[in-house]
Amino acid sequence: MIPAEFDYVAPSTVEEAVHALRDAGEDAKVLAGGQSLLPVLRMRLAAPSTLVDLGKVPELRGVREEDGNLVIGAMTTHHEVVRDGLVNEHASLLALATRTVADPQVRHRGTLGGSLAHADPAGDLLAPVLAMDGEMVLAGPQGRRSVPADEFFVDHFTTAVGAEELLVEVRVPKHTGWSAHYEKFNRVAQAWSVVGVAAAVLVEGGRIARARVGLTNMGSTPVRAHEVERALLGASPTGEAVRRAAERAHEGTNPGSDAGADADYRRHLAEVLTGRALATAAGV
Amino acid sequence: MTATPVSPSEPEIGRARRRKEDARLVTGRTRWTDNMSLPGMVHLAVLRSPVAHARISAVDTTEARRMPGVHEVVTGADLAERQGSMPCAWPVTPDMKTPYAPALAVEEVHFAGEAVAMVAARSAAEARDALDAIDVDYEDREVVLDIEAAARDDSPLVHEELGTNRSATWTFDSAEAGTGGDVEQALRDAEIRLDRTFRQQRLIPAFMEPRSVLVDPTGEQYTVWSSTQVPHILRTMMAMTLGVGEHKIRVIAPDVGGGFGGKLQVTPEEMLTFLMAERLGRPVKWTESRSETMVSGHHGRDQVQRLSLAARADGTVTGLKVDLLADMGAYLRLIAPGIPVLGALMFNAIYKFDSYRFTCTNVFTTKTPTDAYRGAGRPEATFAIERMMDELAAELDMDPLEVRRRNWINHDEFPFDTVAGLTYDSGNYEAATDRAVEMFGYQQLRDEQLRRRQRGDTVQLGIGVSTFTEMCGLAPSRVFGSLSYGAGGWEHSQVRVLPTGKVEVVTGTSPHGQGHVTAWSQLVADRLGVPFEDVEVLHGDTQSSPRGLDTYGSRSLAVGGVAAVRAADRVIDKARSIAAHLLECSEQDLDFSAGRFSVRGTDRGMELTEVALAAFTAHDLPEGVEPNLDAEVSHDPENFSFPHGTHLCAAEVDTETGRVRIRSYVCVDDVGTVVNPLVVEGQVHGGLAQGIAQALYEEAVHDEDGTLTTATLADYLVPSAVDLPEFHTDRTETEATSNPIGVKGVGEAGTIASTPAVVNAVVDALRPYGVTDVRMPCSPQRVWRALSGARASSATAAESGGGLGSVDPDQAFPTGGDR
Repeated sequence: MIPAEFDYVAPSTVEEAVHALRDAGEDAKVLAGGQSLLPVLRMRLAAPSTLVDLGKVPELRGVREEDGNLVIGAMTTHHEVVRDGLVNEHASLLALATRTVADPQVRHRGTLGGSLAHADPAGDLLAPVLAMDGEMVLAGPQGRRSVPADEFFVDHFTTAVGAEELLVEVRVPKHTGWSAHYEKFNRVAQAWSVVGVAAAVLVEGGRIARARVGLTNMGSTPVRAHEVERALLGASPTGEAVRRAAERAHEGTNPGSDAGADADYRRHLAEVLTGRALATAAGV
Repeated sequence: MTATPVSPSEPEIGRARRRKEDARLVTGRTRWTDNMSLPGMVHLAVLRSPVAHARISAVDTTEARRMPGVHEVVTGADLAERQGSMPCAWPVTPDMKTPYAPALAVEEVHFAGEAVAMVAARSAAEARDALDAIDVDYEDREVVLDIEAAARDDSPLVHEELGTNRSATWTFDSAEAGTGGDVEQALRDAEIRLDRTFRQQRLIPAFMEPRSVLVDPTGEQYTVWSSTQVPHILRTMMAMTLGVGEHKIRVIAPDVGGGFGGKLQVTPEEMLTFLMAERLGRPVKWTESRSETMVSGHHGRDQVQRLSLAARADGTVTGLKVDLLADMGAYLRLIAPGIPVLGALMFNAIYKFDSYRFTCTNVFTTKTPTDAYRGAGRPEATFAIERMMDELAAELDMDPLEVRRRNWINHDEFPFDTVAGLTYDSGNYEAATDRAVEMFGYQQLRDEQLRRRQRGDTVQLGIGVSTFTEMCGLAPSRVFGSLSYGAGGWEHSQVRVLPTGKVEVVTGTSPHGQGHVTAWSQLVADRLGVPFEDVEVLHGDTQSSPRGLDTYGSRSLAVGGVAAVRAADRVIDKARSIAAHLLECSEQDLDFSAGRFSVRGTDRGMELTEVALAAFTAHDLPEGVEPNLDAEVSHDPENFSFPHGTHLCAAEVDTETGRVRIRSYVCVDDVGTVVNPLVVEGQVHGGLAQGIAQALYEEAVHDEDGTLTTATLADYLVPSAVDLPEFHTDRTETEATSNPIGVKGVGEAGTIASTPAVVNAVVDALRPYGVTDVRMPCSPQRVWRALSGARASSATAAESGGGLGSVDPDQAFPTGGDR
């Protein structure tokens, strides 16, 4: 498993990285944690001319609060996300989903930004970020811009990141006091999700005041289950309410068929797993 | 289980010694083939066909030859006169059809992954880069993928020149063999007749260490290092295939990281590395990537099994008819045609059938060749018969354990001549089953199952039974001969007592994870009365271990270990004559115990160490005794050994998602005398993991073009420890009578027994829904479809009297009896 030859640059600031990416031309690739890119290179499914390694850019790591948002550096590792106090307090859905990613080795190498920019529809972190109305901050030669999650994920392995742009941080509105659950369904512990459901609810006065549901691997991009969310609004958090809302989980989805599961089975799973995710999140 | 503290007075046999091998292996002081590097060595990379069936119309290597670091580029056409045809040592029938099997494809490729060209370069990276510069034109031909379609006369052909895709049909009939009655008569007379079809999916051995070969042509002999289970077989086969004198080839299997049958092979890449080294006159190394392993290392299983069972209404079985199709893949590899034949003698299992008929047709497809995979024929047989026994129990509404008790061989009926013509020497199925039932809490789980059924729980509980036996210690050469195998099954050992009293044991077995160094040390230390630490075991090099038939088929201990024990006994005999001479007594007056000869009735005696020194100095030896304390034995047993056991699995099936979770797994194995309980426990755990993996996870899947879509370990689902339950194991010990130490073999037991236990549990959970089978692996989707299909069929049956709705036959068998 030997990759094709490539050039390698390791900038130490975002500014240098943007320059490096522009200089390297359109066949360059950004290397984050390498957990998806390196296998692709080794199997020669891709042969970029240059790798721009973000591993030595300290400003891309870490979590901070800013204007009611959590701001998570793109190079923050899964392990750091899982352990981070701010994430657990204000975006527990993301921490819970990140816990389910692969194994400890991968979680110590893989990064949040890398996962989102890779945009594998079976990746577990896309749906939580979408469900919580996250925004991706991109840096390019013209400066920075912010892209909401529902515009960021374009297709399988395709995002709104331009050829000369980098994903530098992820901004997630604080969901303080919400209860959440990520229900992952996979074949073996280290496999990708067949289907995953990210659910968070805010219960106020015995009613579901707000609800967020995102689906993993139910289309070419993560899917927001708006109909489920609507059905939950104002409902008492009961098993019956959750079950009836979950029946609408397949609406607006367009799952594919592969060796792991056919589309009809995925739609069925989405319903069952949404019910389970909501039941756990709502404590019913 | 933990290693027990060592007390010098305890015998070595039965002691849970930590393995001698492990300190070195776990600290990285390893000698894998790929670790080797020789002066002047170049690296080999192999170009593989991306298509399953095509004529090679052109190969252009011009650009590849100009690439940096490239020494040589070779195509099949370049080797056509030199490479011979890959060997198949098991012509199961006289008229077996065997295709030409070049190491490097010459005119046509027959599976995706077949080698078509090779590059030798200064570095592995340069060799790999040059592969991309080779241009091959393929003219596609029709692919042949479905085994049943391939067996029909109207199928496109894999090998045009053979005129058929059917390689051979092998039959055993108890009426013809005189070992039982006529099965057709039994089926006609049956009060209960069951017909079932099972599918053994294609599996990939997935050993941990990818294969690697290094050939050094610069000495007087060619030295071949290979990650192989079979250095001795490789040496002979390489000599025969390439026309090189056997005495000019030395094969070394250094540290080898697993095999599971996947390295019981003589591979095209071994030949290619040799031929490149011969061509260049310098050492050449090839090491594969995991993706190459998956497409080009041989696969396993892949059978369609049709069974008909005749029984009386009281549950007594009377006849069994087995009709198999076995997928050979594109070529006949080393022992592939014989794999189903190894199962042929085991379908009757532990039960007293009166009549039995077995037929297997070996079929070619345009897929990776198949061959031995852990259990090799016997897991297939055990799966089918244990599924049938559960089906019979369901048909009669009997407890599956009761059906088995009614039919198995009782412990007082051994030795027992089976309807398949074998003689089982010993066993105690009652004892193993009683112990397993007790550990499992069988009745409590049945009670829970009933409660879940009654309340319509979305998670149902199923209990699966597997009371298996296997034939192990693959040896008796005369039996191999009767089955047309191209070699014997004996094993060789030499025991040498050095002048200082330390001991070398040379063995012809070739361990690749089994712990022979530890176990053979225990065996010989006990026999000679020397410390465990004073024994060294030499193996895996045709120069130091010149004779042997290597390691597979749970044969090493029962054949090779016994050879070592017998050689040690010969050493003692020789030492006795020297000791008697020096002590001036008769041999009959000498007792040998704990490493010392004592003159009976006196305090005079001699340590074995002293005898060894006396043999070495040779100053005063008896007439006709040569000056050494060495002895060797080639051991060829009279019979196989027959480990058995009872495995019980409780599985929870989530009827909403189809997910199966093993709730509890108990196995009580009887592998005869246990030399090292820790090693046995390890073998059982690993075996269970692989057997459960067949039931629930693993499957090699091809698309409609014949491309393997599960060619990475992200797609081919090998479970890890977190996916598996805690195993509750115990043993009964019924000594084998077929060898002097009572051992039977344990390498394959867990794999053979566990697959049907798990699938029986899954089906048992779903029977109330009308499900009678779920095709392996029992993935969540397949289980869910089996349930949906059953629900749909009962719904349509009520309305229209037939139809199975939209059940996709590729995803799950529809429910019901015959398929």
